[in-house]
This record gives sequence, C-alpha cells and structure tokens, in this order.
Amino acid sequence: MAETHSLQDMRQQAAVAAKVFIQRDYSNGTMCQFQTKFPSELETKIDKQQFEETIRTLNNLYAEAEKLGSQSFIEGCLACLTAYTVFLCMETHYEKVLKKIAKYIQEQNDKIYAPRGLLLTDPIERGLRVIEITIYEDRSFSR
Amino acid sequence: MKNCEYQQIDPRALSVSPLSAQNPAEKKVQRPRRKWEAFPGKNRFFCDGRLILARQNGILPLTLGLIVVTSGLFFAFDCPFLVEHLTVCIPVIGGVLFLFVVASLLRTSFTDPGILPRATADETADIERQIDTSGSSTYRPPPRTKEILINQQVVKLKYCFTCKMFRPPRTSHCSLCDNCVERFDHHCPWVGNCVGKRNYRYFYSFIISLSFLTSFIFACVITHITLRSQASKGIVQAIQESPASVVELVICFFSIWSILGLSGFHTFLVASNLTTNEDIKGSWSGKRGAEESGNPYTYSNIITNCCATLCGPMPPSLIDRRGFLPPDEAIPAAATSEMELPPFTPKSDANMCTQSTKDVLERMLHSDFHGLCPSGNPKTSPLVQEVSSSAPATAEPSLSSGCSRQLARQAVVGPCPLLPPVAFSKSDRRDSLHSINPAFRLASPSPTLSHSALVLGDGPDIGFIPQH
Repeated sequence: MAETHSLQDMRQQAAVAAKVFIQRDYSNGTMCQFQTKFPSELETKIDKQQFEETIRTLNNLYAEAEKLGSQSFIEGCLACLTAYTVFLCMETHYEKVLKKIAKYIQEQNDKIYAPRGLLLTDPIERGLRVIEITIYEDRSFSR
Repeated sequence: MKNCEYQQIDPRALSVSPLSAQNPAEKKVQRPRRKWEAFPGKNRFFCDGRLILARQNGILPLTLGLIVVTSGLFFAFDCPFLVEHLTVCIPVIGGVLFLFVVASLLRTSFTDPGILPRATADETADIERQIDTSGSSTYRPPPRTKEILINQQVVKLKYCFTCKMFRPPRTSHCSLCDNCVERFDHHCPWVGNCVGKRNYRYFYSFIISLSFLTSFIFACVITHITLRSQASKGIVQAIQESPASVVELVICFFSIWSILGLSGFHTFLVASNLTTNEDIKGSWSGKRGAEESGNPYTYSNIITNCCATLCGPMPPSLIDRRGFLPPDEAIPAAATSEMELPPFTPKSDANMCTQSTKDVLERMLHSDFHGLCPSGNPKTSPLVQEVSSSAPATAEPSLSSGCSRQLARQAVVGPCPLLPPVAFSKSDRRDSLHSINPAFRLASPSPTLSHSALVLGDGPDIGFIPQH
C-alpha cells in the first residue's frame, strides 16, 4: 500500500510539472509538419540544436510517409484493382513509416529525453495534432 | 419530459460505489473495453470497432436496395434475351460493374472519413493559457479564428468548441456526426457517412462506377425492348412480355441525371483539388480579387491534383477504434471522481433545478474545462453564432436522445459528447501521465459510479429533479 501511495505521489508530482505542446506547421499546406520553434519552457532542460534535430527528423519522416511518389501510386492502383482487399495482407506505406517514427521516438526518449526528465509522446496518439513533451520535476525522485 | 428517460439516482449508490470500485475482485470482473465504446462522436461501430458508420444511416439500405434490385432485375429478365441475341459479355460486364459499385459503396460507408480525435484536457488548457496571456480578460471565450499563411496565402483557422481545438486547414465539423473531419467534403446520407480525406477516393469510385452501371443498364434495357418489339408486334407487346424492364428504365432514367451530374461535379473538384465544402462556401472563388484568393492547395496541374486526391498515400485512422482503454485508469479516476461528487452536489442542487434542460445543454457546450459554470451566460452567445453550424435547438434533442440512449443502456458506454471535459477536469490533470482523451477515461470506472457520475455531470437538473 505504501508503495502504491508513493508511486501515485510521484506520478502526481511529476504530472504537475508541465507539458509543452509543439503545434503543427501549416505553411506548406496540409502535410503533417511540426513547428521547429524552440519552446521557452525547455530552455533549461535540453539543447536547442538537439531539439530542433529531433523535430526536423520527425518532419522528414512524415514527409516521406505522405510523399506522392511512384510507390504510393502503384500501391493505390493495386489496391483499387483488388477492391482494396490487398490491405488485409499488406501494410500501407504510411503505416510502415509510422512504425519507423514510433521507433525513432522511443529511441530519442531513451537516449536523450528521459535522462533530462522529459518524455516525448508520439503525435499519432494525439491525432497528429501536437507533439506533447512532458516535463517531469526532478525533486520527486531525489526524495 | 426528458427526465423519464434517465434513471433515478440512488443516493446510497453514491456512497457505496466508491468502495466497490476499489474492490479488486470487481476490477477483475470488468472486461477490457475498447476505445470505440467510449467514442464521443455520434457514430455507430460494428464488428468490434472495425467498421464505422454515422448514426443516421437509414438511407444506406435504400441505396443498397435500389442498386441490388435494379441489377437483379437486369440479370434475371434482360440478360437471358440479350445473351441469346447479342453476346455473353453483357452480363459479365454488368456483373463486374455491379460488384465494383457495391464494394465501393460499402467501403465508403464503413471507412473512417478522417475523424480527428478531440483535444485532451491538457491541450485545451495550453490553448486557453496562450490565449489568456495574449488577451486581457480571463472570462472572454477563446477567439474563434487564428490566421496562418499557407503557400503565401492567408487562411483562417477556426476554433471548434466541441472538439476544443483549432481546426487544421480544410477540416470541418460535421454536425450530424459531431466530429471534426479532415478534408471534409460533405456528409452523404445516401452513403450513411461523412466523405472526408480517407474515404473520398472510394466515394469517387462509387459514383463513377455507378454512373457506368446505370448507363450500361439503361442502354441494355433500351436495346432489349427495341429488339423485342421488332421481334414481336410492337412496343406494347414487348413491354407486356418484359414488365421488369420498364421498372429498370424508370429507375435508371431518374438516377442517371443526378449521378452523372454528381460525377461531373466531383471530377471537376478532383481536378482542381477542391472540396464540396470549399466550393459551396466559395472560399477560393475570388471574392476579393481574381489573383489573391486562389486555392492554396492546388498543384496547378490537373494530373497532379488527380493523383494527389485519388492515388495519394492512405493516411491511417487517427481515432484508434480498437485500442483498449487502459484499465488502471479506473482506480485513480474513481478515487478522484468520488471526491468530485460532494462538491458538485450542493452547487447543482442550488442552481440547476430551476433551469431548463436547454440552458444547461447550451452552457455545457460552452463551459470551459474549468468545470461546470452555472454563471457562464456570456458563453452562450458564441454558441448561437459559431458552433458546428448547428442551432442549439437542434443540438438539444439529438444530444438528449443520444444521452438517454447511452444512459438507458446501463453500461459504461461513451458519455455524452459534452460531458467529459466539464465534469472531470481535476482528475484529468492527475492522470496526465497517460493523457488520453478524458472521454475514454470516463469509461473505466465501475458502472454504478460512472453511471451516477454521468447523470450528475450531464444533466444536473435532470439527474437531481427526481430527488426533490
């Protein structure tokens, strides 16, 4: 019981800290891109270059997913001819890239963000609206 | 009135249920629930969340029926004659077209059109905070528009009061389905669903193939009757021999005008990368001047526009219908919910029982997430002007019917669309680790607790009047 209590306590203390939301950048149309502006709340937590690098990589990955290339065209035609039943056995290109993105975010969290008390949430869990960065307080862990 | 559709709260259940919620045995009995069961929009789900449909889908069976009946009559009555006198290709072509039409129709109807999930409480708080720092007073409702530059053109983003977020460009809120849909084209009652980013290509292939099918059947029936009237003595006898052909003729004749017209219109939209919504509103049709307000999304090349709309990559569904609601949300949500109940009780008793259902619903549409604001009267005015192009009058019966249906089922089903951010704002902040849509979180607590909590938060006057 005491363990659960302190875990909840930590959670509560950690959650109280802050959340930063990186909004979408629509300057190029409706493609999924996020703003690379460095939020002021993260100034003490992480290096600006690293943050921008993360966001830029994510933007590139989303651009790759939504690219109007020959691959997506062939996939679309094949799907149309097979009455879209091909998707029962095959993953779409977009889904493949989303998996890549999920892996990238996890890797970034493990290597860069978690040691600094930050957590990136995959935008797909927020409907591709925002990148949510949770800032955890350090003091709860030191007690 | 509406009160009879709600079940009366048992005051003892309020005190008993928090304890039972913490009972681990009861927690284990609860089966894991999927997210579609707690979906806040007005949609129906089939096959355990795999298929999605709008709630008002009465016309879809009619569409299907018309297509199936006409094609059935064609194969049964016209094809034998035509095979005998012309070629066997006719039923083959007819069969292929028919299958394509039905597949496209079902695909359009049951695919998620591109619904945007509602903003979480934290996101809403963040937006409010940004607006408050830039604005002056704290009780002013969030500004309804935000201007951004897309391809060097100014585009206004509107704030959706139901989904609590600034709508991305080309997104619109469908009042029938109560969802924001990306690249919203229109809500098609024939298909029983919205047409948006994810199912526009299926809709387009449906109407194109249906045009071909109706034209094909029409031509074949005309040929049939002509040949038959030559063989027998005149057209009247031909019709008497094959009465079904007249039925098909009539149906096809009337459908062809509308379907061909619709196909032509949508071909134009596809070629210019427009949506029906934008075309009807005249968003890019040069109101101010010919050069300035062009469509910022067009690629200025018909083929590229067509490829982008019809053959582009298929984005995934953002609403994650089949994911599971986290079960460990039940305990913290229940624990904090029980703390929410006493504060609500006196406030609601004092203020709500004298107000009409409509006022409460209106207020709930606009109360911010800080909690039920009995005094939030200034907020009702934006509702009249802005929200989802649905008048409050129409919002009320549909909401009440939706709410009563959900409550009457006595299950921990999706709460009413208006409920979540209002009643559980405090518990949301504590659960922000998981930070999923508060609507989903409501589904987790034990049935009795959430049931009474739902009634409390949803229609306080409705819930409390029986007690008085």
